[in-house]
Amino acid sequence: MATASREKIFVKGNEAVAMAALEAGCRCYFGYPITPQSDIPEYLSRELPRQGGEFIQAESEIGAINMLLGASATGVRAMTSSSGPGISLKQEGISYMAGSELPGVIVDIMRAGPGLGGIDASQADYWQATRGGGHGGYRIIVLAPASVQEMYDLTMLAFDLSDIYRMPAMVLADSVIGQMKESVIPNPRPVTVLPPKEWVVRGREAGKPQNVVKSLYLGDGEMEKFHWKMQARYQELADKECRWEEVQTADAELIITAFGSTARIARTAVDMARDAGMKVGLMRPITLFPFPKKAYAALSGRCKLFLDIELSTGQMIDDVRLAIARDAEVLFYGRPPGAGSLPTPEELFEQIKKNYPTCS
Amino acid sequence: MRYDVFFAGYGGQGVLLAGNLLSYAAIHEGKNVSFFPAYGVEKRGGAAMCTIVFADGDTGSPVVGNPSVSVLLNQLSFDKYAAKVKQGGICIVNSSLVDTKGISLPGVEVILVPMNQIALDMGDVRMVNMVACGAYIEKSGALLKESLVAALKKALPERNHSLIPANVQAMEAGAQAARG
Repeated sequence: MATASREKIFVKGNEAVAMAALEAGCRCYFGYPITPQSDIPEYLSRELPRQGGEFIQAESEIGAINMLLGASATGVRAMTSSSGPGISLKQEGISYMAGSELPGVIVDIMRAGPGLGGIDASQADYWQATRGGGHGGYRIIVLAPASVQEMYDLTMLAFDLSDIYRMPAMVLADSVIGQMKESVIPNPRPVTVLPPKEWVVRGREAGKPQNVVKSLYLGDGEMEKFHWKMQARYQELADKECRWEEVQTADAELIITAFGSTARIARTAVDMARDAGMKVGLMRPITLFPFPKKAYAALSGRCKLFLDIELSTGQMIDDVRLAIARDAEVLFYGRPPGAGSLPTPEELFEQIKKNYPTCS
Repeated sequence: MRYDVFFAGYGGQGVLLAGNLLSYAAIHEGKNVSFFPAYGVEKRGGAAMCTIVFADGDTGSPVVGNPSVSVLLNQLSFDKYAAKVKQGGICIVNSSLVDTKGISLPGVEVILVPMNQIALDMGDVRMVNMVACGAYIEKSGALLKESLVAALKKALPERNHSLIPANVQAMEAGAQAARG
């Protein structure tokens, strides 16, 4: 709701995403239903038109992403959402948006895959999200909420970062965080200084040069120049926008690292370990791109053992290992996504006990 | 203090509404709450379950491997989840639909409540979830009855508010039965 009160509300993660989008000034939503994210279009189909916005259930996910591209080119804030199978279909459009330097928010409420997979939670779209997903070599901003409050706050942040850095931003969650209900404070839209959108397509306006939004670079050196410009932008993102949460890492002999839903589960496993007298901490990246490499590097200076936990057979671990290099050992515990494979805190505590350094 | 409760049954028994109700009651008492549902793709008859965690501080994991209290409304959930209840925990069973014979749960307090029968006696089997909620607050002591009554107004759509007194009675009957 655009007029946010600060009174707590009890909502699903997916609803929090939709509410935050409205509060962030999103004017257009384009999507196609798929479990476990359909609460987002359901909510927006009701509320967005009431607030003068446009809701379109597209003919397909491909239609939706290209509508997002078009809306974004006119300068409005717009978004789409889906789950794995639909996000795969959108990759062509995301690549074109990246190539056209267009902002836009994409929400992926991950479900088990590959293929149609299943409707249970998964973290196996990490690579697809953080490596760009489509063709041509690009990155997008990827934010990983671990609570319903963060679903709200990070969706708003996604709109801001996307506008500031002129690239698509993704909110990457899963059916645990999307379907879960928690109390949320519907924070008002943060006051952020945004660069004016001087590049928008506005037709022929007297006295103003014509703007063209495209991802085609045929001139000699033009494509290469684009890429170097984007590389500099990714570096700026890495320098300024990394976000993460550390829990009891200062004296930790073992640091658990996980994002999103598994970080939430691991948080309780860390408490169980602390209660048992073990010095265990948690490192949770909130931005998956840019990945908080420096924070990991700093931690690996004082803690020599990490345990990466994922609801997949291991994807983020690549980034953890790259960040830590040879400074510390990185172990892995994960389960492939699917019905019945969601790890419990008790199970993760067993992993902590198994791997906790005994002679230190 | 951190409380957790696991509710399971089949779709149509009101498992998710019960979970929502307990969540609103906990919010009414100023707690932080996480309500984590899981259910089949079927509208009715599939498995339905939810885990509710509430605490003064951080709720931590919304997923609980060994619940302190489990409320199991049908045979399938009893067979699948009764053994997961934590040592020293409570397992509240809908004895109208569950046969517990031959299954022992050492270290767990098993409370048998004929929930369907009680709900039927009160006029509508659909109140089975309210009977279950009553049994839960009675045995766990985690929430006040008044909070659940207040929660009914939030969890139920306005058009059903006339049914609140009947639901409160069903809760009281559930509590009474659990007291034994």
